[in-house]
Amino acid sequence: MAKRATFDIRQQTGFTTVAMICFFLLYLPIVTLVAYAFNDNDSVAIWKGFSLRWFYSAWNNTQVIDASIRSFQIAIAAALIATVAATMAALATTRTKPYKGLTFKYAFINQPLMVPEIVTAVALLVFFSRIKIWTGYSGLGYLIAAHTAFCIPFAYLPIRARLENMDLSLETAAADLYATGWKTFRYVTLPLLWPGILAGLMLAFVVSLDDVVITEFVKSGGQDTLPTYMLGQLRRIVTPEINAISTVFLLLSVAIVTIFFIISRKRT
Amino acid sequence: MATAQETAEKAESDDIRTRWLLSAPALLIIFFAAIGPLFIVLVYSFLAPGNYGDVKWQFSTDAWMNVLFERDIFDDTLSFAKANLSIFTRSISLSLLTTILTLIFGFPTAYFIATRPEGRREIWLFLITIPFWTNLLIRTFAMMEVLRNEGLINSLLRFLGLTTAPIQFMYTDFAVLVGMTYVYLPLMVLPLYASMEKIDFRLVEAGYDLYASRMQVLRRIIVPLVKPGIIAGSILVFIPSLGAYVTPRVMGGGTNLMIGNLIELQFGQGRNWPLGASLSITLMAIVMVTLMFYVRNASKTGAGHG
Repeated sequence: MAKRATFDIRQQTGFTTVAMICFFLLYLPIVTLVAYAFNDNDSVAIWKGFSLRWFYSAWNNTQVIDASIRSFQIAIAAALIATVAATMAALATTRTKPYKGLTFKYAFINQPLMVPEIVTAVALLVFFSRIKIWTGYSGLGYLIAAHTAFCIPFAYLPIRARLENMDLSLETAAADLYATGWKTFRYVTLPLLWPGILAGLMLAFVVSLDDVVITEFVKSGGQDTLPTYMLGQLRRIVTPEINAISTVFLLLSVAIVTIFFIISRKRT
Repeated sequence: MATAQETAEKAESDDIRTRWLLSAPALLIIFFAAIGPLFIVLVYSFLAPGNYGDVKWQFSTDAWMNVLFERDIFDDTLSFAKANLSIFTRSISLSLLTTILTLIFGFPTAYFIATRPEGRREIWLFLITIPFWTNLLIRTFAMMEVLRNEGLINSLLRFLGLTTAPIQFMYTDFAVLVGMTYVYLPLMVLPLYASMEKIDFRLVEAGYDLYASRMQVLRRIIVPLVKPGIIAGSILVFIPSLGAYVTPRVMGGGTNLMIGNLIELQFGQGRNWPLGASLSITLMAIVMVTLMFYVRNASKTGAGHG
């Protein structure tokens, strides 16, 4: 190695430069977006000075607050249901020799990742509009059901990964000590699996919170979530209020991902 | 012996039954809120359009014909549906270009991350994942802030005195392409990184010992080694690009449609649900074919590299 000190075999000409440009371009738009949120001007066009007034105005906009609350209600409900269902499904599809229907289950659970979102969106629009007519119910249930379905594969992946890397011997030991199946699960499997479940829950939550396309097609009148509200606003003349909302949303996502990053680093 | 075998068999079938019961909630939710409705779409594609949206329960293959052809209302002759066709070609070519651009930017970036010292890779990777987990609409909007008439680039150009009137970037195919490249770049970098991380650099060293140039090492050693990552990344970018709805809607401004927007139109203003249904099935079929191509290639290269 010493004789090659001046010749780094890993280096490729220009790659570092391109990588740096890439990171710069990745963050430039986000920084611009955040900067304009603090612009003291009615249009995004010209920088007038630093101001927090667009954050105040977003906070006092009932439509924004309503949409945010709805986004959270849906994301919490969908993420919780999806994580419970995904945990059960993960327990059912790991640590076993292949059985009939196992491949089918994999394909089924990952299906929402394979079909283009727009196709699922119109399919749900057609299906739910029928059910709305039959039952007369037009609440948040449809959105929660739709979100739960596409959250399941995201919750499933980290839980399954965790299960597959888990040592079976502790559970065998528990069974040897006459623990019942439930007790083994409650006191041995679940605590070991917990980081995976938490990761799945957070992924599902973020994915639900971010969804635009399916929500846009499934929602009934007056059921805007924050992303669909923003999509509607982008059609009009944009004020820095949208930047302010985006900035808060962005901070939230970054916070969740950072927590996720720290948890996954610590526990493995 | 026979009883022991019987008990074992019974335990096994009990186990499988429990496993079906455990997976039932997930399977049912996905069936009712994701897979099942797709069959309704398939059925709808063979029906006639209703007068005010929805469908008439009457068998018809018109919707499928209308995907590619249109019937002249005067002399009943068939001709290619130019509007649909141009949207299909635009979608496919924009998606291919997006894939190529993300590869050009993503390859060196992933390589850069993979060649950092162990402890520092994670932080660079984290910088790639943050935009990935940020709302797609917000990222598209962020790119709009850069490209719009009063946006960053135009302000900069005016400040430098290079232009007097703003250059119209927004609402063009170019804007859609830039937007898609921007939002899908992490999807290319992550699988590329995953396969570059595993490169055995002794092979690279052997290449240099045999007097290979850097370019030869790149082309003959590194690229073949990370081929599975290149294929995975390309698929991961190409598929969502093809079905993109938000980015072309925001960056293309309603005139530069892609398949996703064309489908939406059929369920909205156009009010031809069967046509929308047949277009959806077409899009899904293209995606499935691409995925099958991937699975075939992945199993081939997977076998080659162990």
